[in-house]
Amino acid sequence: MKRVLPGFGLTMGFTVAYLGLVVLIPLVALFIKAAGIGWHEWLEILTSPRVLAAAKLTFGASFCAALLSSVTGLLVAWVLVRYEFPGRRFLDGMVDLPFALPTAVAGITLTAIYAPNGWIGEHLAKHGIQAAYNPLGVFIALTFIGFPFVVRTLQPVMEDLGKEVEEAAATLGAGRWTVFWRVILPMLVPALITGFTLAFARAIGEYGSVVFISGNLPMKTEILPLLIVSQLEQFKYGAAAVIAAGMLIVSFALLFLINLLQRRLDWQHR
Amino acid sequence: MSSTHHVTTESKPVRLLLIAAAAFILGLFLLLPLVAVFAEALRRGWELFLASLKEEEAWSAVKLTLMAAGLSVPLNTLFGLSAAWLVTKFRFRGRAFLLSLIDLPFAVSPVIAGLVWVLLFGAHGWFGPWLAEHDIRIIFALPGIVIATVFVTFPFVARELIPLMESQGSDQEEAAVTLGAGGWRIFRSVTLPSIKWGLMYGVLLCNARAMGEFGAVSVVSGHIRGETNTLPLHIEVLYNEYQFSAAFACATILALLALVTLGIKSLVEHLSGHSSNGRH
Repeated sequence: MKRVLPGFGLTMGFTVAYLGLVVLIPLVALFIKAAGIGWHEWLEILTSPRVLAAAKLTFGASFCAALLSSVTGLLVAWVLVRYEFPGRRFLDGMVDLPFALPTAVAGITLTAIYAPNGWIGEHLAKHGIQAAYNPLGVFIALTFIGFPFVVRTLQPVMEDLGKEVEEAAATLGAGRWTVFWRVILPMLVPALITGFTLAFARAIGEYGSVVFISGNLPMKTEILPLLIVSQLEQFKYGAAAVIAAGMLIVSFALLFLINLLQRRLDWQHR
Repeated sequence: MSSTHHVTTESKPVRLLLIAAAAFILGLFLLLPLVAVFAEALRRGWELFLASLKEEEAWSAVKLTLMAAGLSVPLNTLFGLSAAWLVTKFRFRGRAFLLSLIDLPFAVSPVIAGLVWVLLFGAHGWFGPWLAEHDIRIIFALPGIVIATVFVTFPFVARELIPLMESQGSDQEEAAVTLGAGGWRIFRSVTLPSIKWGLMYGVLLCNARAMGEFGAVSVVSGHIRGETNTLPLHIEVLYNEYQFSAAFACATILALLALVTLGIKSLVEHLSGHSSNGRH
C-alpha cells in the first residue's frame, strides 16, 4: 500500500527510540544481569523455600482473585449492559475506581476495613476469620485490583451481542436459563478469558495494595514483588534480578498462551 | 413492551435480584473502601486532619509528586500521540509486534519497573561507577523517580488513542493531503479536534497513575524524608509510624484525584457520546 499520509519516518523513529530506551533496554539489562548469575545459582535461588512459598502465594492468590473477579465481573457487566435502572451510570463509573485509586491508598484502606477492629474485619473476627495479615487479605486486595479488567473487557462484547440468536433459541422453546447457559455464555467465553488473564497478570505483579494488608511474614504472607524489594534492601541485586526474571518469564508465557487459546476460540467461533 | 423483547430478558424478580447483587458487590468492593478513606482521615477530627495536611513533609511530598508527574506525563503523551499516529495511519511489517510491545509494561510488576533502573543506574549498577565519578545522582533522586514513573505509565495515552484513531479511519486526513495541507497542519486541524476527548482522558488517567505510583517509585526513591518521598511514599511512612489519621489525611488528596479522574471520564463519555472501554 502506498503511504498517503506524512510522518511515517518521524513517528516510527520516535516511537521505536522511546520504546527502546524506556522499556526494552532496561528489561534486557535485567535479563543480562540475571543470566550472568550462573545456571546453578539460578536454580538455588528459585527453589529456595522462601521463594517457593512466595511464588505459591502470589500465583495461587492471583489465580483465585482473578476467578472471583470473573464471576462477579460477569454479573456486574451483565446488569450494567442489559438493565436500565436509576443509578446505573453512577455504578458504571464506580467500576473504574481501582484503576484510578493509587495502590498505596487502596492498601491502607483495605487494611483498615479488614483489620480485626475494622468495619468488616470486626464481623469476620467474631466467626474466627482473620482477613488482614493473612493470605485471605492478599486475596481480597488482588480481587479489588483485578475486578475492573473483567467488567471492562466484557461490556463492549455484551453490547455487541445480537439478540437474534436469543430470540431464535426462545422461539424453539428454550428457557431463559438454558439460553444464557447454552447460547449467551459461550459467546462471552473469549472475552471472559481475556478479562481473567488481564486480572491475573496484573495481580501477579501487584505490590502497593498488598504490602499493607498482608503483614509480610516470610513463608506465610510474603508475595514475590515484596521478596524482590527485601533482596534489594540487603543489596542482593543478583538474587533480585533472578526472581524478577523468573516472574517475567512466567507472566509473558502466560499471556502468550492465553493469546494462542484466544485465537483458537475466535477461529472456532467463525 | 413487545413479546419478542420479552423473551430476551429476565423476569422482573430475577432482574431486581441481579441488580441488587451487582449493587451489593460494587458497594462492598469499591464504594466502602472509598468511604473508608475519608472516614479514617476524619476519625480524630477536622483539626488534626488539616494539621496533617499542613505538615512541611507532606508539602514537600506533594511538590515532588507534582514534579514527577509534570515531567513523565508530557513525555508519555508525546509518545502516545506518535505511536498512535504510526500504528493507525500506516500498515507495516512488525506492526502487531510493536502493538504488543507497547502493552508490555502492563505485564511488568511495578517493583520490577523500579528494579531495572537500579540495575542500570544504582551504585552497583552498570553505569553506577561512571555516574558516581561525574557526581550525577539518578537513583535515590528525582531523575530515578521520573524514569520509574515513565516506565509504569508508559502505555496509558497510547492505549486510549489507538482504538479511537483506528475507529475514526484516515479519510479526513487523506482528503486534507490532497488539498495540499502539510503534516503538522493536518494533525492540528483535522486529527487533534476529533481525538481531543480521548486524548484528555488518556492524559488524565496517565496522570492519576503517575501521581499514585507506589511500587516502582518505592524501589528507586530511597525514602529520604522531605527529599525523595512522593505522596504515596509519605503515606506509607506515616502509616508505618502508626500515624494513621495523618496517613489517611494525605490519602484523601490522592482519593480526590481519583474521583476527579473518574468524574471527567464520565463527562468525556457523555460529551463524546461514545463509551471508551479501554483496558488499563
